[in-house]
Amino acid sequence: MPLQLDIITPERNLLSEAVDSVTVPGAGGELGILPGHTPLISQLQTGVLSYAQGPTTKRLHVSGGFVEVRDDRVSVLADLAERPEEIDAARARLAREHAEKTLSAFSGTEEDFERARAELERSMVRIQLAAEDHSTLAR
Amino acid sequence: MANLLDLRRRIKSVKNTQQITKAMKMLSAVNLRRAQERVLSARPFAAKMTEVLTELSGYADESYHHPLLDARGDSRYLLVLITADKGLAGGFNANLIKAAQAFLKEHDGKSVELLAVGRKGRDFYRRRSVEIVGEYIGLTGKGRITYAEAVEVAEDVMRRFRDDETLDKVFIIYNEFRSVLQQRVVVEQILPVARAEEETEGQTPQAETHIEYIYEQPPAEIFGKLLPRLIETQIFRALLESIASEQGARMTAMDAASKNAGELIDKLTLNMNRIRQAAITTEIIEVVSGSAAAQS
Repeated sequence: MPLQLDIITPERNLLSEAVDSVTVPGAGGELGILPGHTPLISQLQTGVLSYAQGPTTKRLHVSGGFVEVRDDRVSVLADLAERPEEIDAARARLAREHAEKTLSAFSGTEEDFERARAELERSMVRIQLAAEDHSTLAR
Repeated sequence: MANLLDLRRRIKSVKNTQQITKAMKMLSAVNLRRAQERVLSARPFAAKMTEVLTELSGYADESYHHPLLDARGDSRYLLVLITADKGLAGGFNANLIKAAQAFLKEHDGKSVELLAVGRKGRDFYRRRSVEIVGEYIGLTGKGRITYAEAVEVAEDVMRRFRDDETLDKVFIIYNEFRSVLQQRVVVEQILPVARAEEETEGQTPQAETHIEYIYEQPPAEIFGKLLPRLIETQIFRALLESIASEQGARMTAMDAASKNAGELIDKLTLNMNRIRQAAITTEIIEVVSGSAAAQS
């Protein structure tokens, strides 16, 4: 496993493992990272980060922050990161409804709008990941 | 004998107090362990953040402007004072307030406003001639804090700085966690963010290990996005350190209190036994001399 992947949030170190490849949700689109990648710094957007270890691929929810690639080390500094099994699907669905409602009848400041939009994005990624996690368990 | 009764009552009340201090000590020990872990797990993020920021700051030269870098005058300060909500933690709050008082004295003649995190700091300055512009009570009292809560404080601070051009500098006072027995009061300037030239003065050899990164976004843009996050992490760290320190200080204080209570109980018990014995002796003498008198 030639790539060292570290996922760090302000509250915890979620993951530190050797992997084969990583795909991160960069601000300018998905970024695939393989061993030997040139040094890179990019901002992240809310989305799904996936990494491959041999035949298995795992997916995580990350939101905000940035990624640094250097010497086959991928450091993801996210505002928020969680594994699918940590996601509370019911809560995410509630959050989505709430965010949608806020956005559809909007009357606050730009900042509030931005916040609601970010929350909507996060909840949607969460719901998606939680659903996937569920289906793999069922199989 | 009234005296004996008094002593018994006294011992009982000290025992009760000891039970409370013991329980508080135990509670603090548990909270402390958790708080310590959190301080440790927050460090890698802050370290990496600083590393990347240093890397990026090379791209942010004189011509680059960001509201959080905006160096202004030197007459109006905002002081963020992080204290505990509760007392019974030895010199924890007193040291912070002492440092704040020293700060005020040092910057006498400048206008200083206070943002109080923690009840103790607010209560102290509420009765004094320092304007409290904001307060966060109940944030540190739970013995833990989430990043989101720290962001709230950070955003408040940044908004004040951004929106008010007459606010020149923002300082923060908190207790840094050294060890369970040791805290250190730290006074730091957090805004405006010091420019890299000032920070890395005297350690230019670092430049040799400079790596050419590909930047997906313009470096200055990433830098600008990271600056607020730097403030957030700084405040988050300060809060975590403060919580760990508070628990450590309380644990030490309560341990000392339990010990003192134990000593007091021993002393009182000894005293009580002496009096009890004296009473018994007197009674025996009375009985013996009474029967001797009856026999003769």
